[in-house]
Amino acid sequence: MSGYTPVLHLVTCGSVDDGKSTLIGRLLVETDSVPIDQLEYARTTRRGGSTVPVGEVDYSLLTDGLEAEREQGITIDVAYRHLNLANGRRVLIADSPGHEQYTRNMAVAASNGDVAVLLVDAARGVRPQTHRHLTVCALMGVQTIIVAVNKMDLVDFSHEVFEEVMGEVRTTAARLGVEQIDGIPVSAVTGANITTKSDDMPWYKGESLLGALAAWEPVGRVANEGFRFPVQFIVRAQGNFRGYAGTVVAGSVRPGDEVMVADSGSIARIDRIVTSDGDLQEAKYGQAVTLTLDHEVDITRGDILASGSLQPADRFGVDMVWLGEEPLAHGRSYLLISGSRSVPATVTNVRHRLDVVSGHEHAARVLNMNDIGRVEIATDRPIPMDPYGQCRDTGGFLLVDRVTADTVAAGLSRHAMRRAFNLVPHDYEVDHQARSALMGHPARVVWLTGLSGSGKSTMADAAVRKLHAMGIHTYVLDGDNVRTGLNKDLGFTPEDRAENVRRVAEVSKLMRDSGVVVFVALVSPYRSDRETAASLFIEGEFVEVFVDTPVDICAERDPKGLYAKAAAGNLPNMTGVGQIYEPPVSPDLILRGTGDLEASADLLVAAILEA
Amino acid sequence: MHQTVPYSAVLDELEAEAIHIFRETAAAFRNPVLLYSIGKDSSVLLHLSIKAFYPAPVPFPVMHIDTTWKFREMIEFRDKRAQDLGLDLRIAQNLEAIAEGVTPFSHGTHEYTRLMKTVALREGIDRYQFDAALGGARRDEERSRAKERIYSLREPGHRWDPRKQRPEFWRTANTQLAPEQSMRVFPLSNWTELDIWRYIQRENIEIPDLYFAKKRPVVERGGTLLMVDDERFPLDQGEVSEMKSVRFRTLGCYPLSGAVESTADNLVDLIAEMETSKLSERSGRLIDGEGGGSMEAKKAEGYF
Repeated sequence: MSGYTPVLHLVTCGSVDDGKSTLIGRLLVETDSVPIDQLEYARTTRRGGSTVPVGEVDYSLLTDGLEAEREQGITIDVAYRHLNLANGRRVLIADSPGHEQYTRNMAVAASNGDVAVLLVDAARGVRPQTHRHLTVCALMGVQTIIVAVNKMDLVDFSHEVFEEVMGEVRTTAARLGVEQIDGIPVSAVTGANITTKSDDMPWYKGESLLGALAAWEPVGRVANEGFRFPVQFIVRAQGNFRGYAGTVVAGSVRPGDEVMVADSGSIARIDRIVTSDGDLQEAKYGQAVTLTLDHEVDITRGDILASGSLQPADRFGVDMVWLGEEPLAHGRSYLLISGSRSVPATVTNVRHRLDVVSGHEHAARVLNMNDIGRVEIATDRPIPMDPYGQCRDTGGFLLVDRVTADTVAAGLSRHAMRRAFNLVPHDYEVDHQARSALMGHPARVVWLTGLSGSGKSTMADAAVRKLHAMGIHTYVLDGDNVRTGLNKDLGFTPEDRAENVRRVAEVSKLMRDSGVVVFVALVSPYRSDRETAASLFIEGEFVEVFVDTPVDICAERDPKGLYAKAAAGNLPNMTGVGQIYEPPVSPDLILRGTGDLEASADLLVAAILEA
Repeated sequence: MHQTVPYSAVLDELEAEAIHIFRETAAAFRNPVLLYSIGKDSSVLLHLSIKAFYPAPVPFPVMHIDTTWKFREMIEFRDKRAQDLGLDLRIAQNLEAIAEGVTPFSHGTHEYTRLMKTVALREGIDRYQFDAALGGARRDEERSRAKERIYSLREPGHRWDPRKQRPEFWRTANTQLAPEQSMRVFPLSNWTELDIWRYIQRENIEIPDLYFAKKRPVVERGGTLLMVDDERFPLDQGEVSEMKSVRFRTLGCYPLSGAVESTADNLVDLIAEMETSKLSERSGRLIDGEGGGSMEAKKAEGYF
């Protein structure tokens, strides 16, 4: 995106109480965007509860659309309106309701937004929903947020009140990584700072609201961002014409440029950029064109023509806004729609749910309507998706219920978890069974899970001493030891914990292949992560051991001083304190951390020798 | 200080959005149709559909809901356009209602519209088993249209249920249908009436002459000027039509389309008149006038 922006997509958020209807109504009226018969209607018609005298414009009647909501006096859906600015720019407004149960509508409205106008009532100050709106706007990739601090007339146009609101909003915006945030003190009722600068607030040096919208330009993007062109339609016409119709959703392209079919990796050069108004020398962001290539390659609807790195994957870490009335069902197959492509997909793991007010991540197993959370998905076949932050159209997707055909979720791809499909594992003749034979004992992975301080390392140590004395080759992968090296880039969020478990599981598998009995002593609090680890091994090779010690005893022992830190509020992600621990459902062995150590070690050794 | 945005740049963006929607509809649905009502919006729709698939022909048929009460000029224009462009034109009519003698004069506008337009549309879609119908509705037409989706889902029986409408993110459309559901698709959702005119001017799109001022025989009924287009118009005793220079902002059934007095007989004058007039487009349509939410009620029955 460069140069001017002819059409600005604006999202408005805030509730009726913040004066949103009045603000939008005034914007429409003052930009001459309301037909006079509708204006007349808003002057003469009154609904229950209206305090606006007949003869004056009740702005809320201009903006509320459906009969049902006019009767209830609330806005129940996203409404789209337009206005024209004096410089010719078109503003398309997606107006979203403020009630908290409508997070999903807010997400819809913000999904196309360049700019958000977020209303805050100066008299009431920043409220939980202000944080919610900021969070959803940031998540959906709205570049610029304009905080309209409204009802300034009720606080004597106080500079201090304005700064207080802005200070609080800026703190949240900084945490969310919002690119650009501005504040404008306004009064929708008096019209102050809406279309023109108001004399009531000489301390405010910035633009009026409409002035800011007229002057807005997109925040500088990466100059040579990759070209992205999802193919919608194959155009076949006389004379062997074969073209690929679609819209440029990122970057630009010229004839002669090399492009890759992201799905297959095939390379071709652009031959022509065809439109009914004649061929173009360049196709830019937002243009709907038909491309022809210099030679035939296999392309179907949904494929993406791209430059720069974009590879298919079949597992993705994504943020998801749950829209469906039925909660997200683990393991159920949905239809994933990304651009013009659809592919069956499954949610394999729910990592956490986002508290959109506080920004905290809570461990979760399901997502309900209006929840936002981090999940993992697996697609039936590999597809290319960009990180959402790079491109909304190739990073955003829908999940559709395969029976009702309802859209149940909107997903934002964060990263692809690439499987190495180009790699063909070599089969070595000396395999782990041959090594076991040489070692004289079978290889095993013994996975000890339990709270911090439950006694996992101590028990592993005791068992290893006994096995070593029996001539059995062992090794211990200890959580803390691994985190000082291999996994020192990982933290303690549920997501990082999953990656920690995944790496340790992979390492334990390599060591198992080398013929060793591997002990893993790792908190590994999430059942699904442990199940993923177990799935790397065949039955009998993986022994799950639950070291079951009550949390108060672990806290009393506190060998690493972690519980003390957590109690002081310094470790928000401490398992058993700030994060949950999911005990195994049917472990191979349960050891009591309060029991006799030698007896426990004997049980452990016996379990290994039997397994 | 602020860079001026040329109107053409706004039209370019609206055009690209509409073309994207046309292509998606043509590719994703089994049997889509373009609903052609002969008016200015339909003329723009048709033009855009030709652009969207160039150099290939438009890959779907075109259907007109013929109430038999359209202006004669409209029908002539329709048949000529279909021939010139080589369109696969289908015509849907409620033959039963026609046989029963339903007219806008005898049955009242609401019942007439339901039978001749809504029922005819539903029957046409069912007869040809269309699963998606592209139409020219715009969000600026009427307040309840402001919440209309681009892909507007219809339940079995063509019912529009506001609670079942799908959220629309980015350019990504959920075009999946459950059994007996169908879709209405509105590529001009974000256009305004003025955009339509400016685009007709820029692209040199053919439209019926009825949009331009000309002396036409009219009578005044309840403050609305109606054109006496044929002998079926029942004149009251002693009532005679007078010739006035009028034009139409929207075209439909002639007994339901109010004319405006005007001298704008070309596009430049017409657009100038548009820009100074502040009345909403639908103020001249008699079928919407019954209560604030009448469009919503009609849509719930399966109206366009």
